[in-house]
Amino acid sequence: MTHSFTRKTVLASALLLIGMATAAAAEPIKIGSVLSVTGPAAFLGDPELKTLQVYVDKINAEGGVLGRKLELVHYDDGSESNKANSFAKRLIESDGVDVILGGTTTGATMAMVPLVEKAGVPFISLAGAVVVVEPVKKWVFKTPHTDRMAAEKVFEDMKKRGISKVGLLAETSGFGQSGRKETQGVAAKYGITLVADETYGPKDTDMTAQLTKIKNVPGLQAIFVFGLGQGPAMVTKNYGQLGINLPLYQSHGVASNEFIKLAGAAAEGVRLPTPAMLVADKLLATDPQKPVVVGYNKTYADKYKAEPSTFGGYAFDALALYVDAVKRTGSTDKEKVRNAIEQTKGFIGTTGAFNMSPTDHMGLDLSAFRMVEVKGGGWQLLK
Amino acid sequence: MLAQFLQFLFSGITVGAAYALAALGFTIIYNTSGVINFAQGEFIMLGGMLSTALLAAGLPLPLAIALAIVLTGVVGLVVEKLVIEPARNAEVVTLIIITIGASLTIRGLVQVWLGKGNHALPAFSGEAPLHVLGASLLPQSLWVLGVALVMVGILGWFFGRTRLGKAMLATSYNKLAAQLVGINTRVILLFSFGLSALLGAVGGVILAPITYTSYDIGIMLGLKGFVAAVLGGLGGGLGAVAGGLILGISEAMAAGYISSAYKDAVPFILILLILFFRPGGLFGAKVTERV
Repeated sequence: MTHSFTRKTVLASALLLIGMATAAAAEPIKIGSVLSVTGPAAFLGDPELKTLQVYVDKINAEGGVLGRKLELVHYDDGSESNKANSFAKRLIESDGVDVILGGTTTGATMAMVPLVEKAGVPFISLAGAVVVVEPVKKWVFKTPHTDRMAAEKVFEDMKKRGISKVGLLAETSGFGQSGRKETQGVAAKYGITLVADETYGPKDTDMTAQLTKIKNVPGLQAIFVFGLGQGPAMVTKNYGQLGINLPLYQSHGVASNEFIKLAGAAAEGVRLPTPAMLVADKLLATDPQKPVVVGYNKTYADKYKAEPSTFGGYAFDALALYVDAVKRTGSTDKEKVRNAIEQTKGFIGTTGAFNMSPTDHMGLDLSAFRMVEVKGGGWQLLK
Repeated sequence: MLAQFLQFLFSGITVGAAYALAALGFTIIYNTSGVINFAQGEFIMLGGMLSTALLAAGLPLPLAIALAIVLTGVVGLVVEKLVIEPARNAEVVTLIIITIGASLTIRGLVQVWLGKGNHALPAFSGEAPLHVLGASLLPQSLWVLGVALVMVGILGWFFGRTRLGKAMLATSYNKLAAQLVGINTRVILLFSFGLSALLGAVGGVILAPITYTSYDIGIMLGLKGFVAAVLGGLGGGLGAVAGGLILGISEAMAAGYISSAYKDAVPFILILLILFFRPGGLFGAKVTERV
């Protein structure tokens, strides 16, 4: 009687212990994120959050990372940088996350940087501007291309075609103005002279005045537009309306099928740099990025019945970079994971091949952009 | 030289006609209640967004447009019934603030329901631009201008000649007296919201091929439309159209001859000048005290 009681107790205690042990092992890896899911930057933040959600679920369904599940702790900053700061504080201090992904906009990212630097949490930003990783900050990485790279890619193409006198038309939004500054900065490197410098508001409905002014500059060989969303589509339409017969270049800000839909026939012949995702089906089978972008596009489209955007790809890359680093380290120790991210080499994401180093926390080069031209209502890769 | 000037002028007319349409909506509700309805921009947005959504759902274009306009009219009625009427005894300023709340709500709902993308409607009479003396103009701009003028005509007739229109005007001048002569002032206010929503929706539909449409387009159109309405002297249809065109043309000229960077300062400079020198607006009557 006593004997069997003891046996039962031992068995029960053993079971309890095993239970506790598995509970400890199953302690989730906490992925913190602050994104602009609402507000003016929602078109960026919304696909980013959806991407994180679908991939966290997917990774968990496949058994998690190091046998541990991922747990996404998300806050929406409503496109306000000061909120991003307080949410980052909450993620670090009360949620105790292992990594922070996000900062949809450059403003939000820069508001979070001092906190993550102080607390020592790996931070992978989804914001575009160069300032995020220049100068290099110990804990801060980023996945999107910079606007400087977009300008360089465009100028590379222009140089090849013997174009040297270019009119610039930039949006007054943060994206357009940062792009304008970078464009002015790298023009000389490619032997390009900017002969006109005009702007338009992101919600303007007619840009024929600016285009007429640029068109009348003597010696003009091409026009380069730096903007996001509907504005550049409007410019393209006005361009067709005015019958300007010079090459029109756009930035990666319009790399979406929506652009062709909005600008219609006027979009024919427009050239722009784009991440590989937009032309996934046109990539060569030997292209290392092909399986990654095709896989991402399918996962996103299946889940949300919506067209994936290149912005969501930035979030995918951030999550994948982190998971890759955790796997290589075999732990979630923040310092070790940070070092592992910094040592990332030849990692293929949707945006490009990442080769991080202590002096480069973005790790992308110009090959991450593809030059495309609009042909027959679709995208055509340029050599 | 002339071609360039004409091009700036056409650009101004295109943009100005859009502002004029937005300004017209402001004048109707102001006429009947003294309230500036800041949800007017959202009515324009609804017209455009609903018609593109219905078109995408497979309806033929004319039906999609008609349905979008009617639906927006219903939204106007609902807004009045749900948020304005319960507060009808409040001060005018309170009502104005309520309309801001209504506009935020409508914008938010559309953002969630129809998404954050940009949409376009096909132009009514083709995309091929008209060429005049070396400058070009899209036929759709003429549509916008034409519809704005037709609306002014209809509104002039409505407020000047019909019983209902006169009843609306009477309500705005003196609500109590209007009630005493047997006008149901509550119905009048409801009706004015429905009417201005319809008008806004028509504007939104005609503008959609030029300006594109998205859930947040109402902010810009509402703001510029308001400036245009004040410029023209709130209350008059013709003043609203003139205000819109003056605003659009001066913006385009500033962008063309000075610098596009200063273009957005033009509306603010204009409105300051007007408030300093002609507080009643360019075409407004003398300032009346409404309490």
